[in-house]
Amino acid sequence: MKNLSLKLLSRIGIALLAAAILAGGVKAQTPEEQGYEIAARSDRSDRGFFDSFVTMQMVLRNANGQESVRDMTQNVLEVPDEDFGDKSLVVFDTPADIYGTALLSHTKILDPDDQWLYLPALKRVKRISSKNKSGPFVGSEFAFEDFTALELNKYDYKFVGVEACGDLTCDVVERYPRYEFSGYTRQMTWIDNEVFQVRKVDFYDRKGALLKTLNFEDYREYGDGIWRAHTLKMINHQTGKSTDLVFSDFEFGTGADDGDFQKGILTRVR
Amino acid sequence: MKLSLPLLALLAAACLSREAAAAQLGDVSVSGFVGVDTRFFPWDPMLPGQAGNADISLIISPEFRYITDDRKHQFSFIPFARIDSRDGQRTHVDIREAYWLYKGGDWELLTGFNKVFWGVTESNHLVNIINQVDGVEDIDGEDYLGQPMVNLTTFNDWGQVDLFILPGFRERTFVDVDGRFRTPLPVDTSRPIYTSGLGQKHTDVAVRYSNFFGDFDVGLYYFYGTGREPTLVPDGTGTFLLPRYDIIHQGGLDVQYTKDAWLFKFEGIIRQGQGQVFGSFVAGFEYTLYQVFDSASDIGLLVEYLHDGRDATAPVTIFEDDIFFGVRWALNDIQDTSLLVGAIVDPSTSETFFNIEAERRLGDHYTVEIRARFFTGADPGELTFFNSTDDYIQIRLARYF
Repeated sequence: MKNLSLKLLSRIGIALLAAAILAGGVKAQTPEEQGYEIAARSDRSDRGFFDSFVTMQMVLRNANGQESVRDMTQNVLEVPDEDFGDKSLVVFDTPADIYGTALLSHTKILDPDDQWLYLPALKRVKRISSKNKSGPFVGSEFAFEDFTALELNKYDYKFVGVEACGDLTCDVVERYPRYEFSGYTRQMTWIDNEVFQVRKVDFYDRKGALLKTLNFEDYREYGDGIWRAHTLKMINHQTGKSTDLVFSDFEFGTGADDGDFQKGILTRVR
Repeated sequence: MKLSLPLLALLAAACLSREAAAAQLGDVSVSGFVGVDTRFFPWDPMLPGQAGNADISLIISPEFRYITDDRKHQFSFIPFARIDSRDGQRTHVDIREAYWLYKGGDWELLTGFNKVFWGVTESNHLVNIINQVDGVEDIDGEDYLGQPMVNLTTFNDWGQVDLFILPGFRERTFVDVDGRFRTPLPVDTSRPIYTSGLGQKHTDVAVRYSNFFGDFDVGLYYFYGTGREPTLVPDGTGTFLLPRYDIIHQGGLDVQYTKDAWLFKFEGIIRQGQGQVFGSFVAGFEYTLYQVFDSASDIGLLVEYLHDGRDATAPVTIFEDDIFFGVRWALNDIQDTSLLVGAIVDPSTSETFFNIEAERRLGDHYTVEIRARFFTGADPGELTFFNSTDDYIQIRLARYF
């Protein structure tokens, strides 16, 4: 009996201690930790998608509203280890003169990505510099880094607050690129707290001025908690140009592996 | 032209909507281009028989591709034709690609005509050897004839290995007597000389290893067979040059080191079978300034040194000890506008070859491409002296479909 009550007491003690630590932990959680946690929950929500295939259309609009269209496909291979980035292959179908042009990226976290460009006219595979992170991707308002940099550990985070975003409530998290050669000093992200997806990003340029806004629309769920936006709208506030990215239905688990993302396959992607 | 049944089926399938075709037949695609080349030569030609200060050509190159539903079998058919207003040799038809590719996972087998490009440098494509140069197309050596081959590729943890069996040799194309960029004596391509008794039927072989190690991309190969570069020898009457094709052994290495905005490049070969064993290399760098002047434009600076160690009995080269300088300006706009200005200089003779290339997309389906080339500083006796009046400007308008 004595033993039992002692045990009970000690259990209560441990529980109280744990609760105190937890409570203290929450209290002591910095905005940085909170921001990271929100970003991590969002990033990890689509863990286990393995690989995806999608066709997409890019609509480029200049300040006068004149449009130009690019059709392409994108294969992505998930690399679950957060210390390594995913692999992706983008192949162009239009404009017709760049049919078959392909960009293969092996994303890294803080090291420069490995990237190869395939030029079909010469059938030449060219390793390209990945310093060009802030350069425009095929003349669009998307920079290379907007296309390939969606890896959790590429940024530092800071929780800013909670805001309504459409019908949802969003956590507002500021993030700061940790990788070299980024064109941004910071990005403000809005992440909903229902399915934890990024709804909006504001990009601030090297001078700290608002450069672009990216809106994620038409989210659809595939399987268990794997969400994909099907319309991405990027607006450049400084030039008035904009680019929409419209996705078809995604295919997941196509059975792709590392072998489908090696340099040697580039000459035969079309 | 009589069309074979599979080709008819391919064309018919191509006419169906993409979805319908994809559902029943796999995936068919038709692309390619039709273009018009116009060249202006400001100077009168130097050699007897050469004529004209302008010419115009029509080029057509459709591309048919088919991939089966299981994505294991891929077919490609790319014919090419040029009809030239003046030069009978420039008017020619070729099959750039006509192959069947089987994808077996970590190995692939390609059978048929194909084009294979190796190398990293810009001023000269030294290590590139599988395909013969289509010499009438352009003087930059970037157009190649389709090569019949059986190509086995294996993908391994330790790199990619390609084995090539190349039955049937493609002879280099040369301009006609009245063409520009001619040798002092015209080349008679109807009387080639082969040092191998098998002649054009000699089966060539090649094996190449390629991989990347961090920031280094590396390719290493060995080739045995008929050398693609002919030695030009006078015929008995001294009125024509005849191309002589020799059996060679060649080893080649290409390396690129990619660091920040720098690309460091090296290509080297060692060849046996044309005079003394010799080595040649191209080495240099490409440095890119991204988003210059707060714009989307990139400016690339290129410098390469070219050295060639061959003796006088080997095919003549213009790249003995030359330096290439180039500036590439890419606007990164919707029209993919770009400009390349380059010069290859021989410091010992001050012979210089200037090259300007500009291109831009017009709308969604057209491109315009301007090329201007100038030759200066060649003394009589230099190989390029006879081309010193062949400066030209070419405008290509192409429609892609």
